[in-house]
Amino acid sequence: MDIAVRDGKIVERVNEKKAERIDASGMIVMPGGVDIHCHIAGAEVNSGRLLRPEDHFRDVEAKTAVTRSGVGHSIPSTFTTGYRYARMGYTTIMNPSMPPLEARHTHEELDDTPMLDKATYPLLGDWWFVLEYLRDNRIEECAAHIAWMMNAIKGYAIKIVNPGGLEAWGYGGNVQNIDDPVPYFNITPREIIRGLCKVNRLLNMPHTIHVHTNNLGKPGNYVTALETMKCVEDLAKGDRPVIHITHCQFSAFKGDDWRTMGSGAEEIANYVNQHSHVTIDMGQVIFTDTTTMTADGPFQYRLYQLSGNKWVNHDVETETSAGIVPFRYKRKSPVHATQWSIGLELALLIKDPWRIYLTTDHPNGGPFTAYPRIISWLMSQTAREKTIKKIAKRARRNSLLPSIKREYSFYEVATVTRAGQARALGLSWKGHLGVGADADIAIYNVNPELVDPSKKYKTVRRAFQRAAYTIKGGEVVAKNGEILKSVYGKTFWVNVNSSLSMDVGADMKRRFREYWTVEYENYPIPESFLTASAPIVVKAEI
Amino acid sequence: MTIISGVTCPVCGSFCDDIEVTIKNNVITDVKNACAIGAAKFLGYAKHRQTKPLIRKNGELVEASLDEAIRKSAQILADATYPILYGWSSTSCEATRVGLELAEEVGGVIDNTSTVCHGPSILSIQDIGISSCTLGQLRHRADLVFYWGSNPWSAHPRHLERYTTFSDGRFQKTAWRGYLSRLSATLTKKRLRRAVNLILRRDVSVPPETDRRLPYSVFQKKRKMIVIDVRKTRSAETADYFIQVKPNSDFELLQAFRMLVRDEELDVDEVAGVPVEVLEEVVDIMIGCELGILFFGLGLTMSEGKLRNVDAALSLVRDLNQRTKFLIMPMRGHFNVTGANVVFTWQTGYPYAVDFSHGYPRYNPGETSVVDILCRGESDAGLVIASDPVAHFPQRAAQNLVKNPLIAIDPEVTPTTLMADVVIPSAFVGIETEGTAYRMDHVPLPLKKIVNPPNTCLPDEEILRRILHQVHKLRRRPN
Amino acid sequence: MPKLKVSLLTGRTVDQGKGKEYGKLSEEYQQSVAICQIDPDDMKSLGIRENTNVKVITDFGSVVLKAVKSARAPHPKVVFIPYGPWASIVMNPKTHGTGMPSLKGLTAEIEPAPTEKVLGLTNLLKEHFKKEEK
Repeated sequence: MDIAVRDGKIVERVNEKKAERIDASGMIVMPGGVDIHCHIAGAEVNSGRLLRPEDHFRDVEAKTAVTRSGVGHSIPSTFTTGYRYARMGYTTIMNPSMPPLEARHTHEELDDTPMLDKATYPLLGDWWFVLEYLRDNRIEECAAHIAWMMNAIKGYAIKIVNPGGLEAWGYGGNVQNIDDPVPYFNITPREIIRGLCKVNRLLNMPHTIHVHTNNLGKPGNYVTALETMKCVEDLAKGDRPVIHITHCQFSAFKGDDWRTMGSGAEEIANYVNQHSHVTIDMGQVIFTDTTTMTADGPFQYRLYQLSGNKWVNHDVETETSAGIVPFRYKRKSPVHATQWSIGLELALLIKDPWRIYLTTDHPNGGPFTAYPRIISWLMSQTAREKTIKKIAKRARRNSLLPSIKREYSFYEVATVTRAGQARALGLSWKGHLGVGADADIAIYNVNPELVDPSKKYKTVRRAFQRAAYTIKGGEVVAKNGEILKSVYGKTFWVNVNSSLSMDVGADMKRRFREYWTVEYENYPIPESFLTASAPIVVKAEI
Repeated sequence: MTIISGVTCPVCGSFCDDIEVTIKNNVITDVKNACAIGAAKFLGYAKHRQTKPLIRKNGELVEASLDEAIRKSAQILADATYPILYGWSSTSCEATRVGLELAEEVGGVIDNTSTVCHGPSILSIQDIGISSCTLGQLRHRADLVFYWGSNPWSAHPRHLERYTTFSDGRFQKTAWRGYLSRLSATLTKKRLRRAVNLILRRDVSVPPETDRRLPYSVFQKKRKMIVIDVRKTRSAETADYFIQVKPNSDFELLQAFRMLVRDEELDVDEVAGVPVEVLEEVVDIMIGCELGILFFGLGLTMSEGKLRNVDAALSLVRDLNQRTKFLIMPMRGHFNVTGANVVFTWQTGYPYAVDFSHGYPRYNPGETSVVDILCRGESDAGLVIASDPVAHFPQRAAQNLVKNPLIAIDPEVTPTTLMADVVIPSAFVGIETEGTAYRMDHVPLPLKKIVNPPNTCLPDEEILRRILHQVHKLRRRPN
Repeated sequence: MPKLKVSLLTGRTVDQGKGKEYGKLSEEYQQSVAICQIDPDDMKSLGIRENTNVKVITDFGSVVLKAVKSARAPHPKVVFIPYGPWASIVMNPKTHGTGMPSLKGLTAEIEPAPTEKVLGLTNLLKEHFKKEEK
């Protein structure tokens, strides 16, 4: 079958005599890749870049006639980030952590990231306004304020990280489980998650709440992940998801301490298989030197204590925090190897590929350039076995992978790397090749009719590393790994229309100076600040 | 007459954004809320500005058209083998983004004022990391504030009232009243002494203060401030306690604090001129606080040891996090030096001293930093923007800068523009043209346009874009 | 001529901050930066009266400045010059591989120079900076 493209969209047909032809016979054609969670822009990412000149020295890209120069292995500079995604056939990415006060920074960097359409999620789970309104059970007012915030800083979804824990970290503390009250605010993480889940529905947001669970990275935390998913079970309507657990691997540990740490992937997969209100992404670990960066201040401090590596902390007034620690995942470490196994176990045990997505929580688990390697692990048990042979004995013994025969098909790979992600994000014009979709197309040089991915996993990996063609908005922007044309995509954000917006504005103005050290009028970002603003209008129920 | 509120002040790293400006007929007639330096800027910026492009011909600077000046600038940069592009800290991020593209195009070295300011702090952060925050976190929570080798009274006048000791937050209240009562106590003591002198009719000279014990106020559960410096600055006078450290001995003092934080014993009686008993008490206060902050300035980065001093400070704060919540922040001088670092880093991976001569970014302060390049005489052309290195670089470096073709983009007449070969007048960013800049704690804020510039003065961003465009044209010409 | 070995600091002051905003050619600027703040006891031992001129000498250059009594005393054998073209004449350009020249804690000597004049900005530039004839 043929695909017709005109004016940046996929259409029924075009005048074949006048059209440019691309012969994709013998190759596999997919929609452009969609990455639902990758830290590539903003304060946290840039602090990581600054922290690690050593990460940049060994990986440079010289300027060409078409491209700007750049650096970076785990935290590439902005231009390099765009080019590297484009080379892999990716065309849409989501930056998952934006501190609202520093939103301008995120948008400036996104504007300097070429080749991709993008959006970003503001961190709202510890915002004082949220904590206060939800504590008093004033859901509608909370929703109205979140609508104001989303519009003001051009955000796409409600991001929640270690709810309550970041506020406790303001004084160096943390929360221990989802019913542990937040100091000074008298609210529990459970109430925050449930409250924001209700808010999300009231606002008709295209994506669900996007949650990084409490107790991330702690042995035994799979219990917290299950409780988090359970706590909004009753809020589900029909079989549409209401919560997304991100980089689930980091929240799927069994055990009481590092010595007894094991995989909780089976329990989590069972739950996800039986409950359709949850989506997750992998957060796969790669054995490499990378950089961890999250808004989870207390977790990052603990990681510094464990590793002794350099540590950056950045608490943001009234809102959130962040931490950065370089980290190397080693094959011979039983803990790291178990983590590696957990990510794959999750992807292989969860039956519905529309509800589990391929990510590394870039760069936390590893750089996004490792995605093709993950694809080869998913498609080939041989590939998995080869790696398992080299990992720590204890992890090998306990891993479920040797008993899992499942191998992903190309359709499943397409789902977990683009179609499923687009659907979870509510981007109905992305992630598919039907008429009306954006003409974001990736053509990979591997023939699904001739190549057996189970045996020829290296061929598969190479094919996904360098797309034969990357087409963005109907233009061929990359070919066989070479960037042909530098283009800049759009920035999506959700423009929430609510009847309460006027009152909220006045309320915010009155209280602003009590909460922040900037003026009310300097906080919102004008739409003109974004080079290519693409608002998605939603009508709220309030 | 119009009043514009929420104006951001384009002077120091405090980057206050609550300035109120009154304008009549495109002239600023009044400023509210700004400190003395900010007010001087808003009211006096146009006094010594230049409005005409100049080119040096036969040793003298003569007026030229903007086009001519742009073309000559592009020619100088395109012809150079190793040009340096320096400044950036007092212009907008948007201009810096163009500057980076220009530096990459001409294969030069681009550097900003961190190189002579907090460059060493950045080097330390790259080794150790940093436990920091935005300023509001301190306004809300900090009950122990240190200023080390930093004199906010002189360089960041509103810092204390907006963000620390004299500000009101959710969990901590201002220490202003406490300060006033201490002040009146000191004044009363002085008056009594003078009265005693008059009565006894002789000069009772005051013995130097030998009582080094910490005052009671430092142990109370309220906001307190300790200043550490080599001389008693005005900031030190407002503090609850002042520690006078011997010049070039900050490293020893910081390491002593680290040892005490780790419960180790000090074998000596004093460190850096400070008795160990005092140090022990200060460390007790540090450990006992709810949230402490250590602001440090050029007293650490410029004195002997440079980045090693900052290493020690960063490590001390990191160690303190085992006992309580502690944060640290460098006091950035210019209102957008942080922005320059931020933009450099996201586009090139490196915060300053970026060398593009190989076609990709390279970073090695000491080699690729401009003072070193100038002292070794390696550069053969220069572009200076939003900065005045001829006034502020050590003489030898400035001399080498002036020896070679020099382009200066600045709204004002400065020693650098007086010695340049091409001078392009620009609009004052934050007053005559808008943009984005970053406060010392990395919070980005908008710079506003509140009056119109003279039509010969374009924004920096536009000037750089024109030079870049011209350089592109020159390079396409066959050689 | 009596000399005193001191530690030289350079830095910001509010007046220097205001002066530079008024313009570097202004009288306010020169008054705010072409000065050397000295501990009154040190001034006594050198026999320098306030508002007379002193010469500051380092390994890198020498400059004549107006002596001003420091309001921040006591700080024996420590002198302070605000940032500016006068201070830059005596700064140490060596960065010791860090990129940062040495601008504080420099070893210097000061001596009274009551008959020498403080150079105005344009004369200072003329004397210390020469352009190559092209």
